[in-house]
Amino acid sequence: MKDVNVIEIRDLTRIYTMGENEVRALDGVTLSIAKGEFVAVMGPSGSGKSTFMNIVGCLDRPTAGSYVLDGIDVATLDRDERAEIRNDKIGFVFQSFNLLPRTSAIENVELPLLYSGKHHYSDAEMRARAMACLEKVGLGKRWDHTPAQLSGGQQQRVAIARSLVNDPAIVLADEPTGNLDSKTSEEVMGIFQGLNEEGRTVILITHESDIAEFAKRILHFKDGKLVSDEVVKSRRRAEVHA
Amino acid sequence: MRKTTNTLKVAFRALARNKMRSILTTLGIIIGVACVVATIGIGEGARLQTENQLRSLGTNFLMIMPGSTTSGGARTGFGMANSKLQDADVEAIRREVGSVAYVSAATRTVAQVVYGNQNWSTSIQGGEVDWPLIRSWNVAEGQFFTDQDNRTAAKVCVLGRSVVTNLFGDEDPIGKIVRIKNVPFKVVGVLEAKGGSMMGQDQDDVVLAPYETVRKKLQGSTSVGTILASAISNEMVALAQEEITALLRQRHRITRGQDDGFMIRSQTEMLAQAEEQSKTMSYLLWSIAGVSLLVGGLGIMNIMLVSVTERTREIGTRMAIGAKGRDIRSQFLVEAVVLAVLGGSAGIGLGIGIQKIVAQVAAWPVSVQGSAIGLAFAFSAIVGVVFGFYPALKASRLDPIEALRYE
Ligand SMILES: Nc1ncnc2c1ncn2[C@@H]1O[C@H](COP(=O)(O)OP(=O)(O)OP(=O)(O)O)[C@@H](O)[C@H]1O
Ligand SMILES: [Mg+2]
Repeated sequence: MKDVNVIEIRDLTRIYTMGENEVRALDGVTLSIAKGEFVAVMGPSGSGKSTFMNIVGCLDRPTAGSYVLDGIDVATLDRDERAEIRNDKIGFVFQSFNLLPRTSAIENVELPLLYSGKHHYSDAEMRARAMACLEKVGLGKRWDHTPAQLSGGQQQRVAIARSLVNDPAIVLADEPTGNLDSKTSEEVMGIFQGLNEEGRTVILITHESDIAEFAKRILHFKDGKLVSDEVVKSRRRAEVHA
Repeated sequence: MRKTTNTLKVAFRALARNKMRSILTTLGIIIGVACVVATIGIGEGARLQTENQLRSLGTNFLMIMPGSTTSGGARTGFGMANSKLQDADVEAIRREVGSVAYVSAATRTVAQVVYGNQNWSTSIQGGEVDWPLIRSWNVAEGQFFTDQDNRTAAKVCVLGRSVVTNLFGDEDPIGKIVRIKNVPFKVVGVLEAKGGSMMGQDQDDVVLAPYETVRKKLQGSTSVGTILASAISNEMVALAQEEITALLRQRHRITRGQDDGFMIRSQTEMLAQAEEQSKTMSYLLWSIAGVSLLVGGLGIMNIMLVSVTERTREIGTRMAIGAKGRDIRSQFLVEAVVLAVLGGSAGIGLGIGIQKIVAQVAAWPVSVQGSAIGLAFAFSAIVGVVFGFYPALKASRLDPIEALRYE
């Protein structure tokens, strides 16, 4: 079972205490995600989607419950250990791209390699890996452009290339199309679908159901609880591939 | 090792992204370090200059002055009741102190020297025939005045090389008449060039005349200003000092426990005193340098703190993709140190430049101190570490989730 499920979560709870008040951002979530799945996370604002992603992405720790990522129990890891896991197993894509300004696309993509604890890459290896990822998202020719010289969709594609460069077990995206128009959103979703078809596990948060329909499975959150978990019946296919 | 190269890579890329700010940030350090290098170099140049001049006095040199010393070495009680040195004192030293080779009364004044339509303001020194022997300063052309000239207060003089150049140009000055304070003096000789100068003061810019002449014709005073003497050897300097002291105390009828009322300085002591003064000077320079480095360091800290705040999202992103606290900390620390060291290097260059200009203007030897450069370099690196540490720590302690959300 373990080698099939990339993510195994049981009774995951995250409580924020602010003075007297307790906010149960996540309230006993149990689920598992198999290798090669494409999952969309939906739910109203404040339902705990980002909290869920932060824990899955090892940026945060649950208050209670267990979380096993790729066979590793990560719920109890300390700060540095979580940083290593993030570098090694997780690729992040953010709503606002979060590329380093005044830095070329290729240097942005190289960034995770600089923090790799496992391997030491030579400059040439870093270039080659980053270039391969940029080509995968269709930006091979724009490798020396800075974010300011790229459109929003292109910036997000650079960010996706960056999330892939360390060959992660899962790619996490928190509203990756939130800042993009519908056509560009579709392009970006096409890239995610392409990655998923290569066997990569993708989890993304979205508010829009038409974006969620690019995924294979949709999770609905409400008040910190998982309220539905269904397979997408009429799955959308992105017309444009990169 | 590989961590180090990666950290350097990250830091350099970040600095290159903000070139203008990086340059502005280093300005404080540049100025601070330039201050260190320039002031130390200039101070050292001035010290060397003083030392050269004192050394040119001759190794066995002794100087007897009225007044008394306090423990600090400052002169007090100028011209106390029985402190005046008399002509007879000079004679007595010459006659009775065996360890002394040469003695000369000496006095000095400043006056205009006129030749034809040229005039030149210079230092007029009065001395006796032993004067050139004591100062080991020979006559290059003509001859020195004689003992006879001194006794009769003859209106003759010997010119320093610079005075000749300024008054006579290429003309031969020997036998010519110059007027000093309207008194005509016949030039009998020219001193050999000493070369070198001191605090912008040229040693060859001097007119030497018989002691009696200067005193009677130019000054109209009766007491002896100072007495110059020379011990027969370097080993005899201390003995000569003792013997002269004993003799003068006896002659001035100074009782046991009473202050001498005069003091004797040897070249060694003057060197030590100059050393002492330059030490005080260098403490001052070091504290200026310290303050400027502190200010430069605070500038770096300030900019690094601004930079950390401004780059909160970048820090969050880096953490999300796997940077550990210590990666972030070393990145910002290295950025601060690189800034400080780059600023330090620029400051060293600037400091050497300033020092060369000052040395040129003041005409003293350039003394680029290797130790000052090394220290400036080390200090700027230390400043980078010390003042970069807090911002770096602050950056490394950010919570990745909050940092990512930061607007
Ligand atoms: N750092 C925090 N401190 C206190 N409460 C928090 C914190 N982060 C999130 N919460 C609370 O936890 C709950 C879930 O927040 P979360 O950000 O996960 O919602 P979300 O589903 O991502 O919403 P949105 O769609 O608006 O992004 C909210 O009630 C929120 O106010
Ligand atoms: Mg959210």
